[in-house]
Formats: sequence, C-alpha cells, structure tokens
Amino acid sequence: MIGAQGFKGKSIQASLLAKSFGSIHALREVNLEVGAGEKVAIFGPNGSGKTTLIKVMATIMRPSSGRLHIAGMNPGENGHDVRRLIGVVSHNTYLYDDLAVEENLAFYGRMYGVENVKARITNGLRRVGLERRSRDRVRTLSRGMQQRLSIARATLHEPPILLLDEPDTGLDEAGQAQLWEMLTSGYADEPTVVMTTHNLKLGMSLCSRWTVLVDGEIVSEVAKENSSSESFQALYRRYAGAGT
Amino acid sequence: MRAFRRSIDVTPGLGRSFVAMGDGLTAAISISRAAVGPPSFFRQVGAILWKDLAVELRTKDILSSMLVFGLIVLVIFNFAFELRGENLILVAPGVLWVAFVFAGILGLGRSMAQEKERSSMEGLLLCPVDRGAIFVAKMLGNLIFIVILEAITLPIFAAFFNLPVLTPGVGLIVVLGTLGFASVGTLFAAIAINTRAREVMLPILLFPIIVPVIIASVKATAFVLDGKPWAEIWPWVNLLIAFDVIFLAVCFVTFEYVIGE
Amino acid sequence: MSAVSGKGGVPTRKGDNLVNILGFVSFLLIAASMYMGLVFAPEEAVQGPAQRIFYVHLPQAVGSYIAFFLVFLGSIFYLWKGDVKWDVLARSSAEVGVLLTSLVLITGSIWAKPIWNTWWTWEPRLTFTLVLWMIYVAYLMLRWASEGKQGARYAAVLGIVGFFDVPIIFLSVFLWSKGLHPRPAGMDPGMLAALIVSIFAFLLLFTYILIQRWRWETSKEMVEEMKLKLGR
Repeated sequence: MIGAQGFKGKSIQASLLAKSFGSIHALREVNLEVGAGEKVAIFGPNGSGKTTLIKVMATIMRPSSGRLHIAGMNPGENGHDVRRLIGVVSHNTYLYDDLAVEENLAFYGRMYGVENVKARITNGLRRVGLERRSRDRVRTLSRGMQQRLSIARATLHEPPILLLDEPDTGLDEAGQAQLWEMLTSGYADEPTVVMTTHNLKLGMSLCSRWTVLVDGEIVSEVAKENSSSESFQALYRRYAGAGT
Repeated sequence: MRAFRRSIDVTPGLGRSFVAMGDGLTAAISISRAAVGPPSFFRQVGAILWKDLAVELRTKDILSSMLVFGLIVLVIFNFAFELRGENLILVAPGVLWVAFVFAGILGLGRSMAQEKERSSMEGLLLCPVDRGAIFVAKMLGNLIFIVILEAITLPIFAAFFNLPVLTPGVGLIVVLGTLGFASVGTLFAAIAINTRAREVMLPILLFPIIVPVIIASVKATAFVLDGKPWAEIWPWVNLLIAFDVIFLAVCFVTFEYVIGE
Repeated sequence: MSAVSGKGGVPTRKGDNLVNILGFVSFLLIAASMYMGLVFAPEEAVQGPAQRIFYVHLPQAVGSYIAFFLVFLGSIFYLWKGDVKWDVLARSSAEVGVLLTSLVLITGSIWAKPIWNTWWTWEPRLTFTLVLWMIYVAYLMLRWASEGKQGARYAAVLGIVGFFDVPIIFLSVFLWSKGLHPRPAGMDPGMLAALIVSIFAFLLLFTYILIQRWRWETSKEMVEEMKLKLGR
C-alpha cells in the first residue's frame, strides 16, 4: 500500500504547458507525467527551456497556457499547498551571503513553518557535510559548499517532490557522487524527483526515466530499462548537436 | 484581506491535497510531519523583516549610502538657496524633505536590488508565503531604514541651519510622510527593478504619485517651524494619514501582480 | 466591441463602415462647434475673444478625465480577468488621455497669456493637471520600458495606483494654494448651447480616436499571437 508501487495519483501532470516571454517561446508544448516516487531526468542543450520548465513547475513562473497539476492541485489556486510539497535546488542557491549558514536555514525554516527547526538544521547540515561551518557566513563558503547548503535548504521541510535544476552546479567529483545521498537520505520514503542537467552520466545514473527537451518541447522520452546508456547518448547527441 | 483568509485556510487545504493524492501520499504525510502547521502571516513577515535587518546590520549597505547622499543634498541646497536669514524658514522644510525623498529613493532601489542580485526574491516566492506578507515585510524594512536615516539627518539639519526641528510634531509628520512614501516606493521599486532603465524608472514612477505627500509634509513641517497653531496643521496631517491608509491597502493588494514572471 | 471585433476578433468591413461614419459625424459636429464657439456664442464681457478657447479647453479636460477613468477600469479588469482586451483598452485610453491633457495644458496656457498675463502660474487646477499629465506620461514610459504580460501587469498596477491618487492630489493642491480659475456664473444661453455642442462633438471625436487606437492595438496583438503560433 505504501510507497511508489501502490500509488495511483501523479505527482506532476503537465499538458500542453507553454511559456513565452514577449514573442520568444521558452516552452512550446510540454507534456509530462511523473508518478509518486518516480525519478525523471530532463536533458537539453542551453536555451532549451529546462530552467523555465522547472520554474513553472515550482510555481514561481506562471505558464502562458496549458495545464499543470502538482499532486492533483492547480498551483494557480492552491499555491501555498503546492509550494509546501516542493523543494527546489538550482544553480541559484537562494542563500543570503551575509547570513550565517544556520541563519539561512533558520530563515527558510520559519518561512515553511518547520517544527523542531534546530534538530532539523543540525541533521541537514550533517547530511551535506557542513556541520562545522554552521556559524560562518555564506559569503565565506566555496561555491560547492554553497550548493551543498542549498541542498540542505531545499530539503529542510522534507518536500515529497524535488525539482532539481542542474543541482550539480559547483559540486566537485566527491560532491557529485554524494549528491543523491545528500538529497534523499533524510527521507523515510523516496521523494519524486525531476532533474535537469547537461551531465548525461549523472542524470542517467540517478534517474529511471530520461527525457530530452529541445526548443521548449520534449522530443524524446525513454525508460531506463528499455534503453542502454550508449544508445540514449547517441540519441541525445542527434538532438542536441554533435558538440555535446 | 485575502492574505489573512488564505493563511487560515491552509490546513484543510493540505488535508484535501493528501486525500487527492491517494495512498502513495501516506509517504508524503509521514515525511511532511516536519512541516506541519502553516506559519502565520505575521510570523513570515517577521522572518523576512528579521532577515533584511540582520543583513543590513552586517553590511550597512543601504543606510550608509542613503546617509551620505542625504548629507550631500543638504550641503548642495545650502549653496543653491543661500540658506540664511529670512529665506531660511521658507525654504528649509522643502530642503529637508527633498533630502529625505532623494536619499530614500536610493534606499528603496538598493533594497530591491539586493533581492534581485542573487535571485533571493525567487527563493522567497518558492516559499508558501502570501505575496502580501512579502510586501509588508519589505515595506516595514524600508520604513525602518528611511526613519533611521531621518533620525540621524534631523539633528544634523538642526545644527546646520539652527532650526528647532527636533520636536514631537515634526517627528509625527516625518513618520507619517515616510510611511506613505515607503509603501508606494516599495511597490514601485519591485516594478522598476524589472524594467529597462531601472534606475531612472523608480523616480519617474514615484515622484508624481507622491506629490501629495511632499506637499503635505513640507507644508506641515513649515507650519510647525513657524509656530502655527495645530488647527492649521491638522488638515495636512489628515491628508498624510488618508494617503497612508489608502496606499497601504492599494499596494498590499496589487503587490502580488508585480512580483514573479 | 461589435464595431471592433468581427469573427474571432478580426476587424471587419462592417465595423470599418460604422467607425468611418462615426469619424465623419464627429468631423461635422466639430465644424459645427467651431462655428458655435467662434461666431454664434456672444462675446464674454470681461475676457473678450480669449474666452472662446474655453469651448475647446473644457471638452478636452472632460475627455481626459474620462480617458483616465477608462485606464483605471481597463487595469482593474485586466488584473482580475487577465483578458488582453482590457489591457488594450487601458493602454489606448492612456495615450488618448495624455494627448488630451497635453492639449488642455497648451490651450490653457494660450488663454492664460492674455488674461493672467503669464503662460503659466502655479494655480491649483493647473498644478493638478500637470501632475496628472506626469503620472500618465510615466504610465506610457513604463509600457515602453517593460514587455509582454509582465509589462501589462505593471502598467495596470500603475493605472490603479494613479487613479486612487487623483482625489488626493486634487485635495492637496487646493489646500496648497488659492484658486484663480474662472467659475461659470450665470452663463448666457448662447454660450451654454455652444459649450454643450462642443462637449458633445469633442467626446464623439475622442471616442473615434480611441476606437481607432483600440483597433490598431488589437490588430497588433493578433499579429503577435500569430507570430507566436508560427513559432518565431
């Protein structure tokens, strides 16, 4: 009953989702369904609309048209309920340079109304390996450490849905290897994950469904068990151009 | 008003959402035990305000630039208007308010730019927080910064021009005038930051709208300095109060349309 | 609405005809009002011929207030309903309103020169009109400086804030200085007739301009939409 197997509802349902800025299309027609506990990777070259898609799903951008449901709710109507279920890690850390590490987390803890904030902050910092820097200002952290802290920030309220926009930004090899551990080890059950990245290797190893976003449209969708990483890489190169 | 209603409504909404999601979400419920109980409107306002004040306390970014600029304005006007003798009492209130408004606009722009620079506004928008709460917090932060600027500038002004401005009457007018200025200014700073030519847009948008605040504040300050009876001053103070009430409400309601894409 | 949007919002021939008739009628009425104001109405005893500019000046002022009220309505409904036609209404009205306010300021100055012996004085009604003009010029600048739906939302917010400011500005400038503006006291029937005709004529003309502006903006929106659909 409990867990991904018995689940009927969808965490994310997007149909014909579009977003344009003036006369520029960032998203044309995105159809995407993500079940609870599922892990979906979105690959795409620069400017393909990955960040816009994450921002629209994270409710910080309004879609121009199309339908979006998060956990069966319309973000336009139940914005706060939706936001509470979502954690976002992106190339923007959403941290305040002049606040200390623990102050940043305490701030977000208060914004989300997290209980037992102290204990959760300690746990989170331990998970991302920053417990010894808790009193330092974010300004003094390296980019990779800031990214780790950003992961602790996004998971502080244990959201069942994680939206990751190039979460490996700034992380070194060790950090990339620990990325999954840092993100999900605090959970009792697997969270739903949608992740964008240009890092094919990382995305393919972490996610069970691979999609390609080009020019604001999902042009290809492959389940891990039906494809080999070699053939998917070849496919992706065809869409994204030989350079990648 | 909607904001308050919403923050109360949230709990049943959350319950509904879990039902809507079906069995699998039992997982989410157990997970979200950490995040039960929506934070109240005022707790979130407090959190954002605390964050802004803490950052400013460490960087002194906004206050120092406002203060230096305000002083420069005072000195420049001294040369421009020969602020001595008979001239003084007529021109001084205007000089004082122009210094406040110019320096204040600098602070308004700066505080919104800080949110923009590292996309922290997006971080705020991710949170389950009423857009009205963000407005109230940013507005209070701006109000506090500008009032601190004024509290430092007033004694200097009094010393420079030997005028008795350190009275409760002037204090009241300053706070009321600044409240109206800060509320419209917070709204427009959020607009200007996302436009072309953003530094120019804020004064262009703000100055015409706050004409009543400037007229009323200058007049009321002049009357107080002139020793006029309060019966003559009240109409101006009432005008300030009316402006404050109307625009706090209008800006609170419209703020949600100016943030986010 | 019916004159503007035919099938699917496309301006039609029939709409064209109606608008053309409106334009022709307002042209005739303007000509009539010119005759009434310049020839038919008796000369004012104190001000002499200068007073005749009033038959142009007052309709412009009335028109500009109506235009700014339409900006407010369009803004409110745009934020509420999100339909772009309200935004088009607000933006067309703002342009017409700024045009009229500019004319009000110019005709006022022309009148003031012989009567008050100055082009400009900080009289409350003049000050009020000038501040109003600044607000809506800022509105047009904001439209220029921002884009798409975000720009439309920004403008709508300014349209609402500006409108709520109008009575407060009015109050403050009247408290600020004494008024000199002539008050209509016991008007000659000939003058009144000329005034009524000219107000009617000018309002018709402004409606015509507004509709044309609206049609143009609607077509522009449609072109943008088609561009989007075509993909680039």
